[in-house]
Amino acid sequence: MIVIIDYGAGNLRSVANAISKLGYRSQITSSPEDVHSATAVILPGVGAAADTMHHLRQSGMAEAIRQLVQDNKPLLAICVGMQVMFEKTEEGGWHDCLGIVPGTVKRLPPGLKIPHMGWNQVKQRTAHPIFDSIPDGANFYFVHSYHGQPDDMSLVAGTTYYGTPMCSVLIKGNLIATQFHPEKSGEYGLRMYANFLKMALGKR
Amino acid sequence: MVKGTSFTDLRDAGDPVELAAFYYEEGADELVFLDIGATPEARDTMVGVVEHVSEKIFIPLTVGGGLRSIEDIRRMLEAGADKTSINTAAVLNPQIIAAGAARFGSQCIVVAIDARRVAKSKVPQWEVLTHGGRKPTGIDALQWAQQAVSLGAGELLVTSWDADGHQRGYDLELTRAISKEASVPVIASGGAGNLDHFYEALVDGKADAILAASVFHYRTYSIRQVKDYLLGRGVPVRL
Repeated sequence: MIVIIDYGAGNLRSVANAISKLGYRSQITSSPEDVHSATAVILPGVGAAADTMHHLRQSGMAEAIRQLVQDNKPLLAICVGMQVMFEKTEEGGWHDCLGIVPGTVKRLPPGLKIPHMGWNQVKQRTAHPIFDSIPDGANFYFVHSYHGQPDDMSLVAGTTYYGTPMCSVLIKGNLIATQFHPEKSGEYGLRMYANFLKMALGKR
Repeated sequence: MVKGTSFTDLRDAGDPVELAAFYYEEGADELVFLDIGATPEARDTMVGVVEHVSEKIFIPLTVGGGLRSIEDIRRMLEAGADKTSINTAAVLNPQIIAAGAARFGSQCIVVAIDARRVAKSKVPQWEVLTHGGRKPTGIDALQWAQQAVSLGAGELLVTSWDADGHQRGYDLELTRAISKEASVPVIASGGAGNLDHFYEALVDGKADAILAASVFHYRTYSIRQVKDYLLGRGVPVRL
């Protein structure tokens, strides 16, 4: 079962619509048990990381997610979903995150308009099925003011430039994390969902 | 980037859901639905439209025109809009911008500003209009833009009432003046008539995005044509 984690933030419908458009069914859940038994999990993200962490802890989802990654089950983490994978974030004063990926989340540098809101190119740094049929440098839709920097650079699968080079796609085993919103990124975004689901469900 | 299309009159545009799907497939970067209508019935209809559109398009959708309250905003976001645009409601009660930004995030709150040049002023000045361009307010548009941003607007949608519909180009001075001070994306609206106007708005007007309606609705140009033109002149576009 493809499971979309509901932790009280918005944007679930777009993710569900994208999955449905591709011909799959998904379940939106706020129950950690469903995450446990899922074949593939999606952690969407809108809003602030600290808020998100609060909700994830309260609902028991934080532990479920850590376990999921430990078991190397497929997880697609989007936007704030990607940011909470790190150890801590500078947003709103330092806050601890899930600590799944060593590194910190920092504010985008001053100079350009913040939030980074709009289409931007993703340069592929590694060959990986998540990028199948997606051209290098394809545009994806971003809305964020903070970005995660992993300590281990080998996890950086895609980069995007906005005042500074940023990690826009991070891959650690079966964890795929994107700073952009694939469900808002047109056909290439849908293709990324399709690639993730093929990866995930092929591993039944 | 070419932002997309605005529907100024749903009834005349044909089926809005089909139209939205068409423009999405044509390559619009974002879609904006405006002028929903001031009546509660019109807003109810729009909720249904937004729900259907968001099943078919996978680019950002902004909905506005007649939104009066936080509840109106919430309903549209819940229906599937990514952003909501407020205009008159924000001028009448600027705190709605802050309240909307606090509750939903600045990225969901677009403040639309309708501006018209103040005649006979030594320095270029524009005043804010409300109620669909019908009511002059005497408020300085540049100041209002700054205030909206400081209250939490995530984007500004700036329409020149002088230029809108005339197809002689966007008001570049207005766009530039606002974009210079604004720390959020500025979308230029009103005046597109030929391909060069799109280029000017982005390069001379310093707009971050452009909104066009008539040129696409009346099939004067296709989105592809506009993007190819811009690309040919060195403007990065999403293909």
